[in-house]
Amino acid sequence: MKYSALSLFANALSGHKKWPQQWPDATPKKSYDVIIVGAGGHGLGAAYYLARKHGITNVAVIEKGWLGGGNTGRNTTIIRSNYLYDESARIYDHAVDLWDGLSQEINYNVMFSKRGVLMLAHSVHDVQSFQRHIHANRLNGVDNRWLTAEEAKAFCPPLNISKDARYPILGAALQQRAGTARHDSVAWGYARAAAALGVDIIQNCAVTGIKRGADGAVEGVETERGFIGAKKIGVSAAGNSSVIMEMAGLRFPLESYPLQALVSEPIKPVMPCVVMSNSVHAYISQSDKGELVIGAGTDQYVSYSQRGALHIIEETLASICEIFPLFKRMRMLRTWGGVVDVTPDRSPILGKTPVPGLFVNCGWGTGGFKATPGAADLLAYTIAKDQPHPINAPFNLERFTGGRLIDEAAAAAVAH
Amino acid sequence: MTINRKETHGRINRDKPIKFSFDGKIYSAFDGDSLASALLANGIHLVARSFKYHRPRGFLSAGSEEPNALVTFDRGQGRVTSNVRATTLEIFDGLVAYSQNNWPSLKFDIGAINDFFYMLFPAGFYNKTFMWPKSFWDKVYEPAIRKMAGLGPAPIDEDADKYASLYSHCETLIVGSGPAGIAAALSACEKPGRVILIDEQNEFGGSLLSTPNLTINAIPAWQWLKNSLAILKGRQNVTLLARTTVIGYYHDNFLGAVERITDHEKDINQNKARECLHRIRAGEVILATGAIERPLVFPNNDRPGVMLASAARSYLNRYGVVVGEKIALFTCHDSGYEVIFDLADAGISIACIMDVRDQVSDNIIAATKTRGLEIRTSTIVTNTSGKFRISSLHASRINDEKITSTEEIICDCLLMCGGWTPSVHLFSHSKGSLKWQENLGAYIPDTPNENTISIGACNGTFGLTDIMTEADSGQSKYTVDDMDFGSGIIAATFPTKSDPAKIKAFVDYQNDVTEKDINLAVREGLKSIEHVKRYTTTGMATDQGKTSNLNALQITAHAVAKPVQQVGLTTFRPPFTPTTFGALLGGKDGDTFHVTRKTPIDGWADDNGAIFEPVALWRRARYFPREGEDMLAAVNRECRATRESLGIFDASTLGKIEVVGPDAAEFMNRMYTNPWMMLKSGSCRYGLMLGEDGYIMDDGVIGRMAEDRFHVTTTTGGAPRVFRMMEDYRQTEWPELDVWLTSTTEQWAVIALNGPNARKLLEPFVEGIDLNPESFPHMAVREGRICGVETRLFRVSFSGELGFEINVPAHYGRALWEVLFKAGQQYDITPYGTETMHVLRAEKGFIIVGQDTDGTVSPMDAGMSWAIGKKKKDFVGKRSLNRSDIVAKGRKQLVGLLTDDPNIVLEEGAQIVADPNQPIPMDMIGHVTSSYWSATLNRSIALAMIKDGRALTDSDIYIPMADQTHKVRVSTPIFYDPMGERLNVL
Amino acid sequence: MLLIRCPYCQEERPEIEFSYAGEAHIARPLNPDDLSDESWAEYLFIRSNRRGLHYERWLHAHGCAQFFNALRDTVSDKFETTYKIGEARPQVKK
Repeated sequence: MKYSALSLFANALSGHKKWPQQWPDATPKKSYDVIIVGAGGHGLGAAYYLARKHGITNVAVIEKGWLGGGNTGRNTTIIRSNYLYDESARIYDHAVDLWDGLSQEINYNVMFSKRGVLMLAHSVHDVQSFQRHIHANRLNGVDNRWLTAEEAKAFCPPLNISKDARYPILGAALQQRAGTARHDSVAWGYARAAAALGVDIIQNCAVTGIKRGADGAVEGVETERGFIGAKKIGVSAAGNSSVIMEMAGLRFPLESYPLQALVSEPIKPVMPCVVMSNSVHAYISQSDKGELVIGAGTDQYVSYSQRGALHIIEETLASICEIFPLFKRMRMLRTWGGVVDVTPDRSPILGKTPVPGLFVNCGWGTGGFKATPGAADLLAYTIAKDQPHPINAPFNLERFTGGRLIDEAAAAAVAH
Repeated sequence: MTINRKETHGRINRDKPIKFSFDGKIYSAFDGDSLASALLANGIHLVARSFKYHRPRGFLSAGSEEPNALVTFDRGQGRVTSNVRATTLEIFDGLVAYSQNNWPSLKFDIGAINDFFYMLFPAGFYNKTFMWPKSFWDKVYEPAIRKMAGLGPAPIDEDADKYASLYSHCETLIVGSGPAGIAAALSACEKPGRVILIDEQNEFGGSLLSTPNLTINAIPAWQWLKNSLAILKGRQNVTLLARTTVIGYYHDNFLGAVERITDHEKDINQNKARECLHRIRAGEVILATGAIERPLVFPNNDRPGVMLASAARSYLNRYGVVVGEKIALFTCHDSGYEVIFDLADAGISIACIMDVRDQVSDNIIAATKTRGLEIRTSTIVTNTSGKFRISSLHASRINDEKITSTEEIICDCLLMCGGWTPSVHLFSHSKGSLKWQENLGAYIPDTPNENTISIGACNGTFGLTDIMTEADSGQSKYTVDDMDFGSGIIAATFPTKSDPAKIKAFVDYQNDVTEKDINLAVREGLKSIEHVKRYTTTGMATDQGKTSNLNALQITAHAVAKPVQQVGLTTFRPPFTPTTFGALLGGKDGDTFHVTRKTPIDGWADDNGAIFEPVALWRRARYFPREGEDMLAAVNRECRATRESLGIFDASTLGKIEVVGPDAAEFMNRMYTNPWMMLKSGSCRYGLMLGEDGYIMDDGVIGRMAEDRFHVTTTTGGAPRVFRMMEDYRQTEWPELDVWLTSTTEQWAVIALNGPNARKLLEPFVEGIDLNPESFPHMAVREGRICGVETRLFRVSFSGELGFEINVPAHYGRALWEVLFKAGQQYDITPYGTETMHVLRAEKGFIIVGQDTDGTVSPMDAGMSWAIGKKKKDFVGKRSLNRSDIVAKGRKQLVGLLTDDPNIVLEEGAQIVADPNQPIPMDMIGHVTSSYWSATLNRSIALAMIKDGRALTDSDIYIPMADQTHKVRVSTPIFYDPMGERLNVL
Repeated sequence: MLLIRCPYCQEERPEIEFSYAGEAHIARPLNPDDLSDESWAEYLFIRSNRRGLHYERWLHAHGCAQFFNALRDTVSDKFETTYKIGEARPQVKK
């Protein structure tokens, strides 16, 4: 059933009793052409694009828990593409291009809101770094412009631009077509669209092994519900990527850290955009429900516990209140944790692996949500063509051997 | 005002009448009231509007689980708090509160139109619409949706209060001071360890505060409570924290708790913290957090006047407030009767008692009959009426899940008792596992993950006798006169004769999630409880589902036709109740957010008009403007003065590490790219440090003070990471090296003198060091005295001029600076800041790590192959320099840039192209890393990283800006005095 | 906030005194020049990232300033043991 205002109205008249299942619970078949491990936005999206763009519909997405229950459902939903390096700008901007129009394409409103992302500069070094980004973005065709502190305040009135602040705001980089989306809806929308094209979505079915043939190529996955065959397997398992890759005998340059986020109680609209600060280290936006959605850095140690410490929350809120003293009396409603997989250069790995038939999409760290449609599209392309798309080709595993790292964070290194 | 009070009941202080205001109207109350009890005493039930449908709402509960009665608490400018639960807000004389989420008023709320069009807003409706036409999303739909956001008002003023925090440690932490918690505390305080007893309420006692008729050891409950608290207060080892909420239970028995200190006080005391964060590490945690009564889910179960039975009991017994004149009860559990008996015994008229069950115990029947009441068994409520307060209900008899008859009953209050949900929130935070308890229809603690004991109702133990026994580790030293707590059934869904699509039976009150929303989610395939939660938003309101989660779970289980335990449970997430940001800052705001590091000479700079900039945690003087000067004018003057005569610069922020020991040179040899073994004592060398990835990490001048002693300097921001990296290698990779490291950054003040007159100024003050160039050449270091103070004197230059860096013990820094500054007047000595330092070094082509390098630059890229000890077998990062992509062509290299138009100063960060006429995306070959106006050269200069840049020397490249394109000539990065002759001035 | 036993101080101290220092028992090769690019990259970047018992390093940064090793479960975050640099790694109890 196509979703529209009309169908909503028609269903209202019939008491909403006729809405069909958004995706059926599939029973695993003996084998598929492609298996995607991990039913987050990335994995479900890859299945959708395999079916939609490449005509490969005999696809299963296998998830150990409930779909969208990993980092897709645990992030702060920030979408932007104003990255420095050409490779990064291209891959993230590819995602933003797909975000724009995604609701219509999959007939599911993911509420992509181009409310703008402000990145605050607090020091001369920040200014230099952001100017470098802005100039590179301009020549790459990525929107990003410089605002003075006063212009930033006009764009986001709650900002404290006092020169006496511990970290005064010297200006900001604004990407206007960046913003947020409704995270759960992305997973659900892709699941529904993929299922409609014939993709099987299998939840509550943990992968316990990857079977390889005599030639080393993959033959399928062992799961809690038995063996499922496939000549091509795409792994999109975020924090658990190392665990899955080890099943295929591969060791990866990844470490998994707890990342916490929090929301405040809902209040009337006060934050018109997304604000990020690397120096003070926090990011914030206001959800359509009215909650302030806040995030910051990871806990320091490797963990799969989806649980962090209180002092990280304290530091995060101290940072938020440094930039927005106005929010000090607001109240924190809910905190939660996810597991983020981080590579040595904080850029993703998206492409082929040394094991024939095994493809990987991992290492997005704290920034995977924004890339969802782009990563999904590129993973589907790489699986279908058995070679990476030019956009994801630089994000290969070999860069760690040769040394051609894509290190955005190093490029913003603290100076002097 | 006494109409709804019972003089015989309550713990309020009737000797202290007070006034308060709600929505602008003044009411009377007593000290000891909550805002909820005070409003109820005044007959006010309508206090709020719900989130989505803007339905009129009253009080569901009398505690922190309240989903409905949220108000804005206004203590004046900077002290307005949104979304405060009226049930937990202690009242004081002059308290001001407002209703929220309504316009123009609580009674006439335009937003209630949503309630009328509810059919258009089922769960997840927004996923299905607002998509066409596409352009309408950005311009029409989304702004409209965002405007509807939120409950309470957003803050307008900065918080006028302050907050505190402290660390606490104890052997036993007890959370909750109901009968279980008090009994546990009485036991624990007999042992030697420290005990902390915490309760979220203003008074200790928990459920005992609402059950004065019980006796413990033949003593009335309130007297026993008083006696017990007196014992606990008398113990040295016991700390009692009331008004304190344990917000989260973290790793290794670490718990966060927030104490509310001033919100209940009439007078504002500026010197008092409003709240205090307690960070508690406990040996053992005893959870006695009780249970929360469950509402029943039936049509229009949300009208003001419909509340939990236990709430009515609290209002009566604790506050002396009668919640209605004709009260009905709808129950599926025996405990509801205790409430009705208390009400009936207080002389309140009971409209009817409806029990879902077809049988009730003989004891209850007898006790009911004694009071002249009767029980309607097999009866449910199928509807309620009343606009702003319930006025009647439909009581329907059921037989075999079918309604057989329905009767309208007049009432002004309807109590619900749907059984009890143990409060396992904190136990779950600690990752203890839960198990399903069928007879309770709830999850209770199973295996703890920490040293945790759950006792009483939160452990699924009900009935005072059992609770006290459990709290006392089974010693049974308490005898309790207690009505049997009894039992009940779980009744989450009820039959109806109405069209289910038109019924609004609320599960999550605040978020307006109804039974049919949950059924819709399941119908649409969102069958996991987490999907149901996220799709319908049940349990995601400010009460975090304290009253709704189990009902939602039961309804979901019913819809998917699975046992509840197979449906699972959503995760409990900290904090237990919403927590003020300010309390979590723990005082880390404003000046105390991050410490500002200041040099010993910072005060002089401040006194002399310096403009500062933050550099890492330091603040550094950026320039010293004179009257009427902007930064450019000041920097031009400072640069000229230094090159022509003498400049003085505070370099104290440089990181300093003392490397000492027989193997010091070997250690340095391994850490830095340069060779160190042959460096003579008394000599300096520029040191370059790489990460193991081969990229430049830090640099600095390093002096060999003795065979076994190096004075290492690092960049200002890099000092901590360099020290840590050195320690890491020393301790873990090369423990065989006999070497010791000490961070000395703050031990030394460093004054840099640069300029042709530097030696002349210095000479008269120095003892024990011959400054003659032959005996003290460039890149030498000597120890001696200056103005009688020990000094390490470096002859080094980051400006290209004759330069000295004078290290003296930090506390002499300012005094020495002032002596030199005074004596330097004859040379027109000029203080300069970081900006001039940057210009001077750029004129000489010296890099700044972190500005000209960015963490992806190798020594070869930076043109610093000369700094690599060619004969060295190994040093940190060496192996990486041979990797294929590091030695490949096309890497960016450091070059100088000269603009065609010498007056144009390029923007730092500007990107460089070979062909300015190409379309976007352009092929960028590099970027400007440093760019300045050079007063010395009377033109602009810049440094840049450009792909294969050195080969492009003397050719033209382009810098396309938004408004124009600059043509630029690639040059050597050394713009001034390439032969270094100025160092040799006498 | 974890509670961590420093094997040098012989005391349990709160996590904020400590700094995580990555996976343990990854020794720097004695002759890096003899390694292939692949082996060198393995040393630099490849990590076991174990779900379960994990050998790792901590630095008692605001304490004795010593690096030490630990065996910790990355699912429960509980420490099995901590031990000094140079001591043999404790065997994982199955």
